[in-house]
Amino acid sequence: MVKILTGNDLRTGAVIWWTGRDWSLHVADAGDVGDHGDVIAATENAARRVVGAYVIDAVQDAEGLRPAHIKDRIRALGPTVRLDLSLKPADPAAGDWVI
Amino acid sequence: MYRYDPYDTAMVAARVAEFRDQTRRRLEGHLSEEQFRPLRLMNGLYLQLHAYMLRVAVPYGTLNSTQLRKLADIAERYDRGYGHFTTRQNIQYNWIRLEEAPDILAELASVEMHAIQTSGNCIRNISADQYAGAAGDELVDPRPYAELLRQWSSFHPEFTALPRKFKIAVIAAETDRAAMRLHDIGIRIVRNPAGELGCAVYVGGGMGRTPMIAPLIREFVPLDQIVTYCEACLRVYNRHGRRDNKFKARIKILVHELGAAEYTAQVEAEFAHLLTLGIEPPRAELERIKAHFPEPALDAGGEDGDPDRGDPDFALWLDTNTAPHKVKGHAIATISLKPVGGIPGDASAEQMRVIAELARRYSQDELRVTHAQNIVLPHVRKADLAAIWQALDAAGLGTANLDGIGDIIACPGLDYCSLANARSIPVAQRISEALSPRSAEIGELKLKISGCINACGHHHAGHIGILGVDRKGVENYQLLLGGSEGADCSLGQITGPGFDEDGIVAAVEKATALYLSRREAGERFLDTYRRIGMAPFKEALYG
Repeated sequence: MVKILTGNDLRTGAVIWWTGRDWSLHVADAGDVGDHGDVIAATENAARRVVGAYVIDAVQDAEGLRPAHIKDRIRALGPTVRLDLSLKPADPAAGDWVI
Repeated sequence: MYRYDPYDTAMVAARVAEFRDQTRRRLEGHLSEEQFRPLRLMNGLYLQLHAYMLRVAVPYGTLNSTQLRKLADIAERYDRGYGHFTTRQNIQYNWIRLEEAPDILAELASVEMHAIQTSGNCIRNISADQYAGAAGDELVDPRPYAELLRQWSSFHPEFTALPRKFKIAVIAAETDRAAMRLHDIGIRIVRNPAGELGCAVYVGGGMGRTPMIAPLIREFVPLDQIVTYCEACLRVYNRHGRRDNKFKARIKILVHELGAAEYTAQVEAEFAHLLTLGIEPPRAELERIKAHFPEPALDAGGEDGDPDRGDPDFALWLDTNTAPHKVKGHAIATISLKPVGGIPGDASAEQMRVIAELARRYSQDELRVTHAQNIVLPHVRKADLAAIWQALDAAGLGTANLDGIGDIIACPGLDYCSLANARSIPVAQRISEALSPRSAEIGELKLKISGCINACGHHHAGHIGILGVDRKGVENYQLLLGGSEGADCSLGQITGPGFDEDGIVAAVEKATALYLSRREAGERFLDTYRRIGMAPFKEALYG
């Protein structure tokens, strides 16, 4: 199981993902943090870019990295009931992998 | 409705300035999240799944058109064009930026609103009957007393760090439209044999993981002692409520564990002591508040004739979504925020403006948010109902489904809430789409869905309740039958093993079909369930 790091942007509250060097709005940019997630989370929380950073399990498939748990998959895309507010509003397949 | 005096204005303005400074210090790094979190929660600002969420207080659900227009403006300017009306008669915004939160609080203050005490272990927004001041079956308008309690509980220094959150509801009618006995304190204004008004006080109700119906602990508290009595109830709770276990910290657990008789005895002793201290607000203060809630200026001299029922859709709405008003020739109209297949409780900024204009033009400039996530126009001339419905229908707000299968209460669930285990809204949408075409045939059926055990969707009190759970990372839904929040208050019972999303929709269809096949004349779903019991439903669901 791959480990990835997520949290919310301190200023905007937006869901963000740790790429290995910086934060991204897109889960597809997330990188495996291995055993270093908690250390990175502590550093980044202290740096005030992110709030509530935490490590989650993810799976790697042909489409890329996907959070293992439904709650984090919904965080990654947006509310399943308002795909017009999701990060990929123009993609009719957006959300197919969430549930 | 109540208008701020200079003290109210100054208090809210001071809080906005304080939070602006706290936010600045957080963004500049002078406050850690651990330090800042309780400060933002005191101002209703949560961090949810996708963003910050701001919960705005709507005291006892009452708004005027200026306030609703401001809520629409905030939705448009600071959020994503909509708001979500909640089961506590409040409104929530789901996409708030921390850096803009102080500006939003300032905007709210400009129309005498705030988000204070909409979170945290304090006394939350006081809720009330949404038909207050309009219903024919009420003794008095309960809102002046709710307002008095709001002022008493706001910034109350002794009760800002209770063992857990605390919710109070006030009604003054025989019909309980506010789920009064499912609150920490439920107050019903009553008349004693001497003809005097006072309060029957129920303490220790609630939903959540341990649902309880509040027992009556005092049949009659004189109206001019109600603040003192509530103070006594809170003091005993604050003294003995558990702080070691969050799940056993609500007052319902204390009342249950002490026993209602012992809890009551302690309250009575505290009450006797407090009476010697003279803490009740002066009568003049209550009279000042009451002056803000005059009888609505309605003309009772007109004709009482019903509107033309030529349009069948309008006639259905008239039958379903309007209720008798205490003044001849008038009605109470409920605007459903539950379009077929829609998101329960959501309203766009545009829809809020339509509703605000209707309130200004047709309803004495008043609105009520209901705990069932709808909006009420409380004082409408019957002659204006057709025009109102046409405007609502054009705005997608004309659905005729009050208290029917499509009028579903649903919490935000896993689509928005960080506490949720399963999604509520998609289940509500699918049930609404599947069964709304038969709504008239089914009649009154209150269906309530929660996405976790915290029960914000009131599933315990649904004629049909649905509880979403996490079953090894997969959404699963338990079905409950037989709950009710009204005068016939009862808690739903779980039918048996849970269902997946498809299964729970099918299960509701089966339960409804059984009801239709077994009901006797005049029976609601709840009546049939109470008469025939759980067994036939289990057989239909699992047999």
